[in-house]
Amino acid sequence: MATKQQANWSPYDNNGGTCVAIAGADYCVIAADTRMSTGYSILTRDYSKISKLADKCVMASSGFQADVKALQKNLAARHLIYQHQHNKQMSCPAMAQLLSNTLYYKRFFPYYAFNVLGGLDNEGKGCVFTYDAVGSYERVGYSSQGSGSTLIMPVLDNQLKSPSPLLLPAVDAVTPLSESEAVDMVKDVFASAAERDIYTGDKVEIVIVNAGGIRREYTDLRKD
Amino acid sequence: MAKSVIDVPPKGGFSFDLCRRNEMLSEKGVKPPSFRKTGTTIVGLVFQDGVILGADTRATEGPIVCDKNCEKIHYMAPNIYCCGAGTAADTEAVTDMVSSQLQLHRYATGRESRVITALTLLKSHLFSYQGYVSAALVLGGVDFTGPHLHTIYPHGSTDTLPFATMGSGSLAAMAIFESKYREGLTRDEGIKLVSEAICSGIFNDLGSGSNVDVCVITKGCTEYLRNHKLPNPRTYVSSRGYSFTKGQTEVLSTKITPLKKNKVEVVEGDAMEE
Repeated sequence: MATKQQANWSPYDNNGGTCVAIAGADYCVIAADTRMSTGYSILTRDYSKISKLADKCVMASSGFQADVKALQKNLAARHLIYQHQHNKQMSCPAMAQLLSNTLYYKRFFPYYAFNVLGGLDNEGKGCVFTYDAVGSYERVGYSSQGSGSTLIMPVLDNQLKSPSPLLLPAVDAVTPLSESEAVDMVKDVFASAAERDIYTGDKVEIVIVNAGGIRREYTDLRKD
Repeated sequence: MAKSVIDVPPKGGFSFDLCRRNEMLSEKGVKPPSFRKTGTTIVGLVFQDGVILGADTRATEGPIVCDKNCEKIHYMAPNIYCCGAGTAADTEAVTDMVSSQLQLHRYATGRESRVITALTLLKSHLFSYQGYVSAALVLGGVDFTGPHLHTIYPHGSTDTLPFATMGSGSLAAMAIFESKYREGLTRDEGIKLVSEAICSGIFNDLGSGSNVDVCVITKGCTEYLRNHKLPNPRTYVSSRGYSFTKGQTEVLSTKITPLKKNKVEVVEGDAMEE
């Protein structure tokens, strides 16, 4: 009996890359590498996976960059409508919920995007939200997504140890590290991931959100 | 006398007994174990006085680098070396095997090994395994008949070329060779061109990376330049360092089992009876 003919075309592709976010007492660090690849080839060494969604809210996404671009445009449009209706910027927790709903809306033809959202909450404390491809999200103290996440997450777990969200009284998820210490850890952790993950490399783009605004930094990574 | 079916062990080669079971398992969604590939850039070229071989040093297991500095230029004979791409175990095994065969042949003939001997041994082995031994090789050496450079494909076909590249980075390396190769290169020019081709593979192919190994073979002299170039140093070292104090990793439960000394009572037995 002849086997059923399978589809030999996929609507998805994986452009690789790694994203990390760490929340501090009054800052948030969001970082992603700048390499975009397909298969064994590099498409560009200089692609930003980070986008500013609102004044105090930044998103980094790895996965299929065409879907990421579409998702970013969608959220930007929805944010503009919100600003017209409410005469203010969306807060980070509000944007987190919007992103979750947007992802679940396409539950049966998902955005192939692995996101981390970072920024300052309504009280000015750092917050990080981590997502899967269909919108399941959680507020955490730190997170990583993408091809290098399996290499980075254990190191962050060891150094930043997030307390269990089930503990009573509730323990703050944010790290006691200073802003410069957190940025140093992000650089080191990306350098290590670039050693062992072929899809991570070229440069790291680091975005720091604090009360003073949004700042951007770049460090070099292995180019091989 | 009734003929009984005896289970004769297979004479050699692959046993395909489990193929049906494997197909059934993969239909049910069980993924087969992955093997380590070298995802490589290997090159060779013929220059004025002999042959130069080059290789990168990255070994990958899927998207993860499992060895940042492995050796892909294998020894075959004092005057013959072989670069290997494909499944690491296959390239190691096949080059070791043919290297031993060449040594025995040298003892039997009393002569220096010829490159075409290594070529014939390799290609007939790979052909008999019908491509299942996934080894793509660049074989180079200098013997009594002159300098030789060959490529060998997993199914057993070979090419004889003035310059050759193999592996996932072969296109990146070949682009360099096709623009810059000419006949009669000097030793330094040849080494520079080989390094450039490997670097092209290292930076443009994700399956290749880390360092450049070079091997220069001339009549009567072979130079193995391990890590000739190191263009990928670690980019950032944290000045803060890391501490792993007790209590940093949460201990969920502890179980201590003391080991007691087993006292064995030795009973004096009768002397053995004759």
